[in-house]
Amino acid sequence: MIEIIIYAFLAVSITFNILGSLSLHRFPDVYTRLHGATKCTTFGTIFAVFAVVLHSIWQLRETNDPKYLQMALHSMVALIALMLTNPTGAHAIAKAAHLSGSKPAKAVIDAYELRARGEVQ
Amino acid sequence: MIFPEFFYGMIGVALAGFITLARVMLGPSVPDRVVGVDTLNTLIVAGMILLGVAYDRVIYIDIAIVYALLSYIGTLIIAKYLQGGLE
Repeated sequence: MIEIIIYAFLAVSITFNILGSLSLHRFPDVYTRLHGATKCTTFGTIFAVFAVVLHSIWQLRETNDPKYLQMALHSMVALIALMLTNPTGAHAIAKAAHLSGSKPAKAVIDAYELRARGEVQ
Repeated sequence: MIFPEFFYGMIGVALAGFITLARVMLGPSVPDRVVGVDTLNTLIVAGMILLGVAYDRVIYIDIAIVYALLSYIGTLIIAKYLQGGLE
């Protein structure tokens, strides 16, 4: 029973990671690629860590080895670090790409550019 | 290996990493390559956690924590360099 749930979590993780990396090839410019890749890989990593925590708690119940408690807690710390730093890094890359002159493809209006010129508030 | 299902999960994550690596190699502009490297960092952290469980070693997961924090600093520095100076 527990193996089926772990396999399901790993399958969701692999599916979303591969969809996120395929979105780098399907979207036209930097901003949409960043949107697809960052969200999908963060979601996939969340489910990978869920599978690890479930497996560790199960092994801790069966073998009573404190190594598995350490494994679960450290993977939770890695997940929290990733969830805090990933959107911040994506925001920094998007702002740097706009300031370095990479324009959005097929965009009708660019509010960031208009606000930099002082035309809208 | 002790837990093979996590090893197969790592192989799937590595496949996603190779698809991302193609974008890093043939990206037309510099911000495209930076987006690819940022995605690759997240995938490497996920793969390292899965590999640590597959081989039953906790030390791989500690290395994944350090890699996540250091790759974040690297991404911020590259973004600061791209946007042209400290302002």
